[in-house]
Amino acid sequence: MSGVRVLVGTRKGAFVLTSDGKREQWDVGGPYFGGWEVYHLKGSPFDPNRLYASQSSGWFGQLIQRSDDGGKTWEPVGNKFAYTGAAGTHQWYDGTPHPWEFKRVWHLEPSLTDPDTVYAGAEDAALFRSSDGGQTWQELPGLRGHGSGPHWQPGAGGMCLHTILLDGSNAARIFVAISAAGAFRSDDGGTTWRPVNRGLKSDFMPDPTAEVGHCVHRIAMHRARPDVLFMQKHWDVMRSNDAGESWYEVSGNLPTDFGFAIDVHAHEPETIYVVPIKSDSEHYPPEGKLRVYRSRTGGNEWEALTDGLPQSNCYVNVLRDAMAVDSLDSCGVYFGTTGGQVYASANGGDTWAPIVHDLPAVLSVEVQTLS
Amino acid sequence: MIRILLPAHLRTLAHVSGEMALDVKGPVTQRSVLDTLEACYPVLRGTLRDYSTGQRRPFVRFFACEQDLSHDPPDAPLPDPVATGAEPFLIVGAIAGG
Repeated sequence: MSGVRVLVGTRKGAFVLTSDGKREQWDVGGPYFGGWEVYHLKGSPFDPNRLYASQSSGWFGQLIQRSDDGGKTWEPVGNKFAYTGAAGTHQWYDGTPHPWEFKRVWHLEPSLTDPDTVYAGAEDAALFRSSDGGQTWQELPGLRGHGSGPHWQPGAGGMCLHTILLDGSNAARIFVAISAAGAFRSDDGGTTWRPVNRGLKSDFMPDPTAEVGHCVHRIAMHRARPDVLFMQKHWDVMRSNDAGESWYEVSGNLPTDFGFAIDVHAHEPETIYVVPIKSDSEHYPPEGKLRVYRSRTGGNEWEALTDGLPQSNCYVNVLRDAMAVDSLDSCGVYFGTTGGQVYASANGGDTWAPIVHDLPAVLSVEVQTLS
Repeated sequence: MIRILLPAHLRTLAHVSGEMALDVKGPVTQRSVLDTLEACYPVLRGTLRDYSTGQRRPFVRFFACEQDLSHDPPDAPLPDPVATGAEPFLIVGAIAGG
């Protein structure tokens, strides 16, 4: 019997929500790591029982937790994230040099083929990899060292590496995104990197089309078509058809093109989802109406999905890692809010219902489709 | 034996309840106590002291004998009542936020 497992990271712990393939009745497990921030947790595509979680605290720093039984039990693994060589400096908010300092792991991306290999995106921005199930971590220093690192600057949420995309058709290709540096690509398994930001335009920058400095919020890819990327930038929804070599805007008729989350339908590579947010100073839906927007044309033409979502007095945010899809025949779409709701749609976004109402602020949502 | 009390989150992490008692070899200092604590409970590594600098985390505080020892040098001797086990060495998560 097929089913889904929704992995939810929140400000005060992690939750595991499970259901059968109908996705109508849900069991809620947790909180795990209660009282700690869980920025992200994700399962291995190769072994769905292997999960990794990023647990952190302003008091006690970073921990990484691993489960080998689908989230029933967890054990702490390695938490030493050391930058390779001299850490160097990046730009601070005021433009002055600031030493690179490890703060937390924003995103964990397990390998597509090996459950013991997992990537970690860190603040201050760097990419780490573990090949022993999270016991030890090594930086992939070519990313910070490719040349533009000293010019990277933190976004409002910190200088975080928040997106890691692995190309299932090309094991050597990795994409990452950093706020506020932009998108980067490696074609040699993470040894060397280059910015892939041509076509992005950020009016807050002295040079709006500079090679780096863009506040990329999230990038999404359909596994079957890894050269096509969709990006929610600070402002603007963007698309690339050439693995990031060039980008063009597909915001089209969105009510606002600011936002954080973006994802792609599991079976329709031209169907994408965003949650428009009013502005960079007002992090809630326009008009107090929580609307997911769906494009079936790969951008530009968008429709509001509202059935089951609050359409008045709703002032929550949906953060960058808080949307995911399942791969059941009728694609499920899920997102979590800073108000603690996790909404699910079992029909590609046509109708929605909350799985839970009152969790702590949701930081991330991932979904595993179980057979 | 040195008596140590961890904050609640770290007691949960280390699977201990209440006070701990550790045999600290040599001079009893913040550094020797924390080194012993981390050797006995490796899961605590990085939670009290920053990995890269070895410094106390800003929101972690050390108290004993009604004194705030947080800013004492890490190799300074801890008060005798701590060294003799008469008083516990308190590791406290600072009150921060509203």
